[in-house]
Amino acid sequence: MALLPPDNTTDLSIAADAVHAVNPWVSLAYLIAGVCFILALRGLSSPSTSQRGNRFGMAGMLIAVVTTLITHQIASVAEIAGAIAIGGVIGFVIARRIQMTAMPQLVAAFHSLVGLAAVLVAAAAFVNPDAFGILGLDGNILTVSRIEMALGAAIGAITFSGSVIAFAKLNGNMSGAPILLPARHVINLGTLAAIVVLTGLFAVSPDAGPAENMMFWIVVALAFAIGFLLIIPIGGADMPVVVSMLNSYSGWAAAAMGFTLHNTAMIITGALVGSSGAILSYIMCRAMNRSFISVIAGGFGADTSSAGGEAREQRPYKQGSAADAAFMLQQAESVIIIPGYGMAVAQAQHALREMGDLLKKEGVNVKYAIHPVAGRMPGHMNVLLAEANVPYDEVFELEDINSEFAQADVAFIIGANDVVNPAAKTDKSSPIYGMPVFDVDKAKTVMFIKRSMGGVGYAGVDNDVFYMDQTMMLLADAKKMVEEINKALAE
Amino acid sequence: MDFITILSIFVLACFVGYYVVWSVTPALHTPLMAVTNAISSVIIVGALIAAAASGNPVAKWLGLAGVVLASVNIFGGFAVTARMLAMYKKKER
Repeated sequence: MALLPPDNTTDLSIAADAVHAVNPWVSLAYLIAGVCFILALRGLSSPSTSQRGNRFGMAGMLIAVVTTLITHQIASVAEIAGAIAIGGVIGFVIARRIQMTAMPQLVAAFHSLVGLAAVLVAAAAFVNPDAFGILGLDGNILTVSRIEMALGAAIGAITFSGSVIAFAKLNGNMSGAPILLPARHVINLGTLAAIVVLTGLFAVSPDAGPAENMMFWIVVALAFAIGFLLIIPIGGADMPVVVSMLNSYSGWAAAAMGFTLHNTAMIITGALVGSSGAILSYIMCRAMNRSFISVIAGGFGADTSSAGGEAREQRPYKQGSAADAAFMLQQAESVIIIPGYGMAVAQAQHALREMGDLLKKEGVNVKYAIHPVAGRMPGHMNVLLAEANVPYDEVFELEDINSEFAQADVAFIIGANDVVNPAAKTDKSSPIYGMPVFDVDKAKTVMFIKRSMGGVGYAGVDNDVFYMDQTMMLLADAKKMVEEINKALAE
Repeated sequence: MDFITILSIFVLACFVGYYVVWSVTPALHTPLMAVTNAISSVIIVGALIAAAASGNPVAKWLGLAGVVLASVNIFGGFAVTARMLAMYKKKER
């Protein structure tokens, strides 16, 4: 694979190819690292194999790093060891301390670091192309390498600024509401076009003059801007799509740099991560019945306040107490619990698991039902339930459990709203029409924990489930309500 | 390696990624994101090359900064994934 092309005989290109892993063992090592990463993802097909998969991932990374270090002349070992140690300690401490409910923010923050690292690597390759072996015979950076570098830098920059905004929205440093600039589509498309044109010009520009320098840095600057512009109009509940999309971008950025460096480990990883993020985005969009384009165009849920107000008349609903709820839950044969983002906000997962345990002691069959878009990132609810020691074989996905509501005695909704709204099935004018939802209306009794009757779900639509005959509204903080139910159950 | 060889690896890896990721159970989608995050930090290879090279201080410092950022991600990403995966338990019977 690493054989020299016959015409590469000048000193320069020999130097270049020395960097490009002439030794087949080096290529093989990077390939093994890539295979380890594939096995890391493969392990996630089941919780029982997942931990072994994660260890494969670590092994792959170790192989990649060690191979790089032993095949390059290192000017200063201490500096590199120091850099790894600083980063490693920071990362490790964060990973140990982070609360599971804050996982979406953490992942967004980590994405931003990958993006920025990609920009830094691309910039370093641009400043010192010789070290990366991307100089052509004429002493200029190869055209194909220029395209890869500019693309890597641009995608990295988009990932960085986009993830910073996603982090700020998820972490509450910034309002989750969409921020809509006038003419934002024109601005965005114009910026994207400028990036593409400048990348093209940069690729074909003949020498390393100041004009070429400028073009590279302008591409990077515009990419930072577009990442920012793309994410600010997107609202909080669309964050699962955004986080997945940025995940995908961080992969494509790594792949682009892998092309520049001719490194198999980076290319394989980039392709894996890129497709992973893309598939997750697709799954999230499908679960909301929205097209990827409409999510990216943004603005969903922007007019929540105006949509709610006048159209909604006050309809009668039944309110219950914790004692009422406890009594009915005890009498039930089967209970299906539907957690949503509100459970995460209230940190109610531990109390909820306790409730499940108490009910199981009474002989009640307890199951958990999770909607693909529940929470702020894919699989968010599953992690929280796992954290609270809910066994994963009691947790079911939408399509696996939806038919069971007809036989269920109680559907227990905690912190979810839009994912149980029947308007998605019946009301063509509803913004959530077509979204797959839980058939809670088929359950004999519905218990709905909600802070107050005032707020509506993220989509800003009223929910008929509140007003059904079999619905009991439990109006309180989710955690407090569940704790009170537990008290009543224990008596 | 010529461009076409690299492109072939890339395209085939995309297909591998497609099938592997579809087989990931939805319950593990959050750990999937955390671990993909960690492995995409393999970009540290590029940062190490820049940091190791002598002669160009600007590139060296860019590289070192890249090494720090990627290390945060590698250690943080794998550690948080391991922490999450350790929580997934089966029913005790």
